[in-house]
Amino acid sequence: MEATPNAFPHRDAMKIWGMMWREIAFRKLNFGLALFSVSAAVACLVGTLTLLRADELRTDRLLAKKEAEVAKAGASLEDAIRRITKGLGFNIIILPEDQDLNEMHLEGSLSKQMPEEYVHRLAKSKIVTVNHLLPTVMKKLTWPETGLSVVLYGTRGEVPIQHRDPKKPLLDTVPEGTMIIGHHVSQKLGLREGDETTLLGHKFSVGKIHGERGNIDDGTVWINLAKAQELLGMRNLIHAIQALECHCAGDRISQIRAEIAGILPGTQVIERGPPALARAEARDQARQSAEDALARAVANRRELRGQREAFAAVLAPLIWVGAAVWIGFLMLGNVRERRAEIGILRAIGFRSSQILLLFLGKAFLFGILGTLLGFVVGALAVASLGEMPAGWELLRNPEAPIHFGLALGLAVALSVFASWIPALSAARQDPALVLQEE
Amino acid sequence: MSAVLELNQVAKAHDSGNGQRVQALDGVSLSVEAGDFVAVRGPSGSGKTTLLLIAGGLLAPDQGVVSIGGRDLGSMSAEGRARFRAENVGFVFQQFHLIPYLSVLHNVMTPAVAANIADAPERAEKLIAQFGLRSRAHHPTARLSTGERQRTALARALLNRPKLLLADEPTGNLDADNAGGVMAGLSDFAKNGGAVLLVTHDDNAAARADRVVLLKDGKQADAPAG
Ligand SMILES: Nc1ncnc2c1ncn2[C@@H]1O[C@H](COP(=O)(O)OP(=O)(O)OP(=O)(O)O)[C@@H](O)[C@H]1O
Ligand SMILES: [Mg+2]
Repeated sequence: MEATPNAFPHRDAMKIWGMMWREIAFRKLNFGLALFSVSAAVACLVGTLTLLRADELRTDRLLAKKEAEVAKAGASLEDAIRRITKGLGFNIIILPEDQDLNEMHLEGSLSKQMPEEYVHRLAKSKIVTVNHLLPTVMKKLTWPETGLSVVLYGTRGEVPIQHRDPKKPLLDTVPEGTMIIGHHVSQKLGLREGDETTLLGHKFSVGKIHGERGNIDDGTVWINLAKAQELLGMRNLIHAIQALECHCAGDRISQIRAEIAGILPGTQVIERGPPALARAEARDQARQSAEDALARAVANRRELRGQREAFAAVLAPLIWVGAAVWIGFLMLGNVRERRAEIGILRAIGFRSSQILLLFLGKAFLFGILGTLLGFVVGALAVASLGEMPAGWELLRNPEAPIHFGLALGLAVALSVFASWIPALSAARQDPALVLQEE
Repeated sequence: MSAVLELNQVAKAHDSGNGQRVQALDGVSLSVEAGDFVAVRGPSGSGKTTLLLIAGGLLAPDQGVVSIGGRDLGSMSAEGRARFRAENVGFVFQQFHLIPYLSVLHNVMTPAVAANIADAPERAEKLIAQFGLRSRAHHPTARLSTGERQRTALARALLNRPKLLLADEPTGNLDADNAGGVMAGLSDFAKNGGAVLLVTHDDNAAARADRVVLLKDGKQADAPAG
C-alpha cells in the first residue's frame, strides 16, 4: 500500500492524559461547569480574604493617621501646659487642714503649722502628680526695725523627689544671712543690693531685689527657711509645702488631692490657676475626648471586622460545600454518559486504576485551572468593588503565595474529593452489563 | 496444535431481578485453536453474548474453567485479567462502541494505553490503511458510516496482535457489502494464525466459519460447519 507522508502527521502514542484532554475538549460544557464552580469557590475565598485584608489595611492606615494627629495635638498641648505651668511657678499649695484660706488670700499670711518632716515624707513617697517640693513659712509681720508691714517668706532649696531624677530647681536657694526683697520693700526702705540690714535682731545683707511684679511679691522678704523658722519660733515646723503640678491629663487637681491625702493626712491641697491654665485644661480635655473617640473608632472597626469574619467563616464553607455537591453531580453525569465507553475500555484491557485516573485526573485538572481562574476573577471582582489597590495588593502582598497555595490545595482537594465517589463507581462498573445491552 | 481458547463445562446463571435465576449457560465446553474461525449461533437469549464475555474474562463463570493460551482466567485477579486481555484479546461488538471524543486514529490507538505496544503508531497506520480508512484517520467517529465504524472497531481490536478475537454480531448493523468487508477481516485474521470466536445470526457470516457451535437455552448442540 502506498504511504502518503502527510496522512499521519503525529505518531504520538496516546496516553491517559491524551484521552483526558480530548474528552474535555469534546464535552466542554461538563468541564466548563465544573471549572466554573471551582473558580467561584476560589474567587469567593480569595475575594473574602482580600476584602478582609484590605479592610484591615485601611483601618490600620486610618488609625495610624488619627493616632499621629492625636499624638501631635497632645505633644503641642503638653508643651503649652509645660510653658504655662512653668510660668506660674508653684501652683499647688499643701496646707494644714485647719488653715483658714481667707487669711492666705486676704493677708498673704499663714498661721497653722505642720512638721517640716512632711516634705521628706512626700519626697520619699511614690508621688507622681507633683514636682518640685518646696517647704515654706509665710508670715505677715511688722518689721520691728523699720515699722514696715511685710510678708516674711522662708524658703530653702527644693526637696528632690527620690524616685525621680532630681529636677532642675525652679527657684534658687536663699543663702544663709542673705535677704531677697520685693520692689516695694526696697523702695520704702531705700535698700539696694549689697546693703546691710537687721530683721528681728538678725543681720542680713540684701542679696537681690526683685523687679516690680504688681502683686504681693512686691511686699515680700525672702530669707533662708531655717533662719525664718528660728526668727518665728517655728523650729522644724512649716506653714506650707509648695509644689508644681505635673502636666498630666485629665482632672488633675482631684488626682493630686487623692494622692497627697494618702501620704499626708490632715492636710488640704489648693490650686492656684489663672485663665491660661483653664484654657490649657480645656484643650487637654479636648485631646482626651479625641483619644476616647479614637479608641471608640478602633473598637467599632474591630467589631465590624469581627462580624465580617464571622460572616465569611459561615459563607465560605457553605459555598465550598455547594461547589462540592455540584461537582459531584457533574461528575456523576459524566460517568453515566460514559458507561459504554468505560465498558469497552475495560474490554480492551484498561485496568480500573486507569479508569479512576481518567476521571480523577480530570478533577485534578479543573481543580488547578479553577484555582488560577478563580484567583484572577477574585482579584478582578475585588478591584471592581473599588478596592483596586487591594486587588493589586493581593498579588503583591507577601501573603499572596500563601493565599494561592491555600486556595490551590483546597480547590484540588475539593475537586478530587467531590469526584471521588463518581470516579470510584466508574472504576468499579461491571463492563459485562453495558456490553450485553443491545 | 494447542487451543488458544478453552472452555470446560462452563455454567453461568444471571439474576433475573425477581429473585429467579436464568441459566444463561449450562455445561458448555469449547476449544478454539490458532487459525480456527468458530461461529456461535442460536436463538436470541440462548446465551451467546454471555459465552463471549466469559471467554474474554469480562464475566466470571459460576462453574467450569476458561483458559486462554493455556492460562486459567479464574486464577487471575480482575486487574490481572484486564492486563491479560490488553495483551491477548481483541473485542468487536455490534454497537461498535467507538469512543466518541477520539478520532479514528486515536480509537485504533486506545489499546496502546492499556498495553505496551511498541510500534502502536505504525501499526495503527497500517491497520487503518488495510481497512480503507486512510482518508478518515483524523475524522471524529460520529461522522463515519456504520461500515467505517465497524472497520475502525476491528482495526482497534487488532492493534495489540491478539491471540483471540471475540466478535459479538459485528455485522448485525451492517449492509451486505460492509458485512462482507468485516467478515473478510475476521477470515484474514484466522488465516494468519489468529483464533476467532464469532457470535452471529447471519447465515452468510456463519458460512465463513470453519465450525459452528449451536446454543440453545444455554446448552450446546454442536453442528458441522455450514
Ligand atoms: N445481566 C443480566 N441479568 C439478567 N439476565 C441476563 C443478563 N444478561 C443476560 N441475561 C439473560 O441471560 C440469557 C442469555 O443472554 P445473552 O445476552 O447471553 O443471550 P444472547 O444469545 O446473546 O441473545 P441475543 O441473540 O438476543 O443477543 C437471556 O435470557 C438474558 O435475558
Ligand atoms: Mg447477544
